[in-house]
Amino acid sequence: MTLEISPRRRVINFVMLSLSGVCTVLVIAVLFFILGYLFVHGARSLNWNFFTKLPKPAGETGGGMANAIVGSGKVLLLATVVGVPVGFLAGVYLAEYSGKTFAFVIRYVVDLLNGVPSIVIGIVGYALVVRPMHHYSTLAGGIALGIMMIPIAVRTTEEFLRAVPNSMREGAMALGATKAQTVFTVVVPAAASGLMSGMMLNLARVAGETAPLLFTALGNMFWSKGWLAPIATLPVMIYNYAIAPDEDLHQQAWAAGFVLLLLILVVNVTARMIIARGPASSRR
Amino acid sequence: MLVATQGQPVLNPAASLPAQAPAPKTQPASKLIARNINFHYGSFQALHDISLEIPTHRITAFIGPSGCGKSTFLRTMNRMNETLRNTHVDGELLLDGENLLTLDVTDVRRRVGMVFQKSNPFAKTIFDNVAYGLRVNGIRKKSIIDEAVERSLTHAALWSEVKDKLQKPASALSGGQQQRLCIARALAVEPEVLLLDEPCSALDPIATLKIEELLFQLKEMTTIVIVTHNMQQAARLADRTGFFLLGRLIELDDTRRIFQNPGKKETEDYVTGRFG
Repeated sequence: MTLEISPRRRVINFVMLSLSGVCTVLVIAVLFFILGYLFVHGARSLNWNFFTKLPKPAGETGGGMANAIVGSGKVLLLATVVGVPVGFLAGVYLAEYSGKTFAFVIRYVVDLLNGVPSIVIGIVGYALVVRPMHHYSTLAGGIALGIMMIPIAVRTTEEFLRAVPNSMREGAMALGATKAQTVFTVVVPAAASGLMSGMMLNLARVAGETAPLLFTALGNMFWSKGWLAPIATLPVMIYNYAIAPDEDLHQQAWAAGFVLLLLILVVNVTARMIIARGPASSRR
Repeated sequence: MLVATQGQPVLNPAASLPAQAPAPKTQPASKLIARNINFHYGSFQALHDISLEIPTHRITAFIGPSGCGKSTFLRTMNRMNETLRNTHVDGELLLDGENLLTLDVTDVRRRVGMVFQKSNPFAKTIFDNVAYGLRVNGIRKKSIIDEAVERSLTHAALWSEVKDKLQKPASALSGGQQQRLCIARALAVEPEVLLLDEPCSALDPIATLKIEELLFQLKEMTTIVIVTHNMQQAARLADRTGFFLLGRLIELDDTRRIFQNPGKKETEDYVTGRFG
């Protein structure tokens, strides 16, 4: 004998299933809409010159964004050098050394830092680097993005280190390893793939940041004169071109958006592939 | 005190001559002597006044129901409990006459090795797992490390199975192999005492048998203390067996005596299966 399911329950079940299904499709649709729109508009204006040429002066058509592509690379490199070591070591402290109460406080502060609007981080970069040095610079941009990377670097490091089973730490210490040896030669290597991909996702996240760069790296229509000079970056270039009154510049902005998105997607997918491969053996 | 020494005179190892005369089979010297060990987790006292002696080149087994303190005591002997917060130990643990509770902790752990209940290979290659203890203790010379890795794996009866895949990750080994790898890793630093905390509880009978055979051979090289839930294992393996109950050492005696003619009622009840 089976229990009858009332028609009312059947209907509710159907409605809920449909609703959640539709919302899922919506979520995916947003991504594909952005991808598709950028592809249609961006890929059309993408050509070899975009990657090799400098921007043309106002009024002239053609040119490219070679300086912004290299510039984004340089700023992101600097951001990694600034943000990852600080965040990583703070995360190590949080996961391996700190007591419960103190860890709670640090975690709270880090989450607050993560919530600071990116434009404010830009102002911090301006106040800390640009003002004292009296000019906008690659360095200032890198430091601003580096600060943006710190909170996520701390939390991913903490999370992946905590995921390493305690038995491994005990195993190392039982062999006469010190705490530091245990952490850096057993625990960190065991979490290496997770840490690596966490940092890549972190980098991908700040790669598209525009606001912190407006007051720091500023922008540049030419090749940057060095780490202490202003530099062009893709997000700022998109911003400047998109609000410019010239249709040709709009096309260039689309292309830049497409390239930026592509780069971020590649980093994302690579990072997730590293995670999926799991804790691989470390190098000998 | 010294509940468990059968009334034999306790040699003071500090006073004994360092001469390398082979100990007579009947009465080996004590490698480790515990005197009045009390241990607290926070306000909970997990060990009450444990005093005992661990003879050199013998296998000593600790049995007892779960939560009786046998693992806690084992982890006191290489000071692993210090990695936990809010613990306190007092008493004396003499390793060759020196109180190991006051020695340098990393030095103690190198001299008193440990194998855990669940095999815990590092996320490294088989080779690097075995070499780890040497490397953290400052040995860098490749020839020495190579030689020690082969020797340790051979002693752990694993060499023939892994010699062609030393650069494979340790996680590729089976459960029994991983546990033998952990034994090899512990042996590589040539510990004077090897502590094993229920090393076979996650293994099938065949892997268990292999490890037991291995331990039997290893007592030529080192002094072994094993915690086990399996009374047959203690009976098969150990020269001496200690019975723990509720944080106290009820008695420690020759294994045969513990299982056939124990001195205490509690021990008899436990080994005959009346409780536990």
